[in-house]
Amino acid sequence: MKQSSDRLQSRCERAGLAAIHAKVMAGERLSEADGLALYRNPDLHAVGALANYVREAKHGDHTYFNVNQHINYTNVCNKLCRFCSFQRLPGQEGAYVMRPEEVAQKIREQLHEPVTEVHVVGGVYPRLPYSYYIDILQAIKRERPSIHIKAFTMVELMQIARLAKKPLAEVLPELQAAGLDSCPGGGAEVFAKRVHDEGYHVKNTGEEWLEAAKTVHQAGLRSNCTMLHGHIETIEERVDHLNRLRLLQDETGGFQTYIPLSFHNEGNEWSHLPGPTAMDELREIAVGRLMLDNIEHIKAYWIMLGIPIAQTALSFGANDVDGTVVEEKIYHEAGATTPQAVERDELIRWIRDAGRIPVERDTLYRVLWAEDEVPA
Amino acid sequence: MAFPSPTAQAVRSWRAPLASAAQSGAIREELDRLETLVDAGQRISQEEALFLHAQADLLTLGRMATSRRLQKQPDARITYIVDRNLNPTNVCITDCGFCAFYRSPGHREAYVLSRDEIYQKVEETVRLGGQQLLMQGGHHPAVLSDWWCELIADIKARFDINCHALSAPEIEHFARYEKRSIEAVVADLVEAGLGSVPGAGAEMLVERVREIIAPKKTTTDDWLDVHRKVHQAGLRSSATMMFGNVETIPERIEHLIRLRELQDETGGFTAFASWNTQPDGVPDEALFPRKTTPAEYLRVQAIARIVLDNFDHMQTSYVTQGMKLAQVSLAFGCDDFGGTMLEENVVSAAGCFHLESIQTIEALIRNAGYEPLQRNSWYGIVDERFTGTTWPKNREQAATHPAAPAAWRQPALKSRPQ
Repeated sequence: MKQSSDRLQSRCERAGLAAIHAKVMAGERLSEADGLALYRNPDLHAVGALANYVREAKHGDHTYFNVNQHINYTNVCNKLCRFCSFQRLPGQEGAYVMRPEEVAQKIREQLHEPVTEVHVVGGVYPRLPYSYYIDILQAIKRERPSIHIKAFTMVELMQIARLAKKPLAEVLPELQAAGLDSCPGGGAEVFAKRVHDEGYHVKNTGEEWLEAAKTVHQAGLRSNCTMLHGHIETIEERVDHLNRLRLLQDETGGFQTYIPLSFHNEGNEWSHLPGPTAMDELREIAVGRLMLDNIEHIKAYWIMLGIPIAQTALSFGANDVDGTVVEEKIYHEAGATTPQAVERDELIRWIRDAGRIPVERDTLYRVLWAEDEVPA
Repeated sequence: MAFPSPTAQAVRSWRAPLASAAQSGAIREELDRLETLVDAGQRISQEEALFLHAQADLLTLGRMATSRRLQKQPDARITYIVDRNLNPTNVCITDCGFCAFYRSPGHREAYVLSRDEIYQKVEETVRLGGQQLLMQGGHHPAVLSDWWCELIADIKARFDINCHALSAPEIEHFARYEKRSIEAVVADLVEAGLGSVPGAGAEMLVERVREIIAPKKTTTDDWLDVHRKVHQAGLRSSATMMFGNVETIPERIEHLIRLRELQDETGGFTAFASWNTQPDGVPDEALFPRKTTPAEYLRVQAIARIVLDNFDHMQTSYVTQGMKLAQVSLAFGCDDFGGTMLEENVVSAAGCFHLESIQTIEALIRNAGYEPLQRNSWYGIVDERFTGTTWPKNREQAATHPAAPAAWRQPALKSRPQ
């Protein structure tokens, strides 16, 4: 563990964060009250510097990215989440479902690219049979056997288990046999019941999400975790969410990465809410880094944040930026204007410009390429 | 035109220092020493500024810039001005390769706006509570100081709004074409009612760079001298820097030092703003290095705040950097959100469409923990929500800088009313 500078200490003392600073230096867990204090503190620099301390203690300057491909196999969904701009009802204009052959085609189209991961998520469309999910996993592996399939949020997994008429624990080995390698972190939203009932009452509860994640981890699959922030939730509800993620992680250790997701307000039922600002997003990264002491990586998902904030977030606790994404749909329907794919060398360039060392990883954070550590 | 290859590589070969290297050892000790210096309100040297650019991590720069900002502007407020950008002509003979706005004389898209078109735009601006007309044109071979003096006088006769107009290169262009002194041209413009002068056309105040990117435009010394004479005539002006083209890092710092020296001499600058070259769609696009990334903007703007200890204000540039980064820049030393830019032709021609409403600007300022207040061209608060005394209210009250003529510096106006 590296030494904290006296300046960081005095800075935190002046910002009223002396006790939290002491805990961070001692590697002690922050309490929920500490989490609230971090959200409320007006000195974003001090909060950021503390998060940066933890980030550099864990990862130095290493900043991970991967080369991945997104497949959103259907936008038909019956969950009616009010923050969602992606969902369509069956038969509604723009509704689509990809046949397994179309999924295979998407994979074939990228065979010339050095893609190591495919991120597969979609809506919950009850007319799809259990076999469909098996079919698309197999179709992907048939086209590109070496690719890592990170597929299905907890929400989709619960639907798949329902279709299979079996407990999730029994379904997972079948999905794994068909090619499932790990699971993404979406669908967690905010666990609090109040927010759930107001915003996405048709969807599973927070408890069910956590239970599914636990089952996934017990099946030997790693997953990510997320929080959708910047809509109707309070900071107390955010702290509660982070705390619940942390407790499950104590139990299973299965989460690789935490990704704060920003609510975007275009084309959904919450268009009247402004969504988080850049400063809110930086703070969310920092608080996540400080509270989730047992989760290894914090991701600044650049396609959602935009390059300016993703780059700045690398000084506020984030050590991962996601990848050179091909065909992202969900955030772009909600108004994201980021380019759909950035060239690998462009991604490397802006990680460097932030004073960090770009490292290409696979989904399980094995290093595929790392730049020389000492700049010229 | 082609860049000599070593200079074209200058920026691309620069590499940001590793952030973690700034947390311990000799680099940390030196950064701590400089932070202490800045916290105590002291000046840093050119070499120390270079050290910051070469070694400091972004968080340290943000802290140091915020410290300097609080010395210069202790109030928890961020100002902005309701203004309109008006470009009376796009005709220009300087042919800068980084400019997407200008047209050569005789080009089918060349224009000079009529009085009616201009009055209509001014009227709209005044109706929206506008405080300032930011008027700049190209270097038109026939639209010279008499045309501009008439325009400014006509506007002042009809509307209550400040003309924040022209730029050092345009004023120098008039003097050269009219074969008379800068002083005489400036005196006429002041007489006509010019209220303040923008800092445009500074680009990089280093001859080696200007010869490559703007060979037909005002030299460094002339740019500074026009501002000196503007200040001596009693007007305030602002200063800018366009980085991220062919300059080296020491040249960036040299630019800041030149500005600081002139400010020591005249005290006439109100504010500084920087932005990176926007090479998309400009005439010499292929010759410029790739656009610098946002972290470099934060680095440069923060270092400017630290170095320019004799400037009262730092303006962010949301037009070039986007609203998100502009908000973040408030934590890197900026205390002003700039103008509402009801019309901005020069940058939007280069592919920037970051125009935003007043409501958005105010919400972002509040969210960052500051009170948004509207100002005039001289950084006097003109907001109806503001309960203090508005000062300065006009160019005469603003002429408190040492270089201003004694006649303008009435004893009662020398210091801010309590």
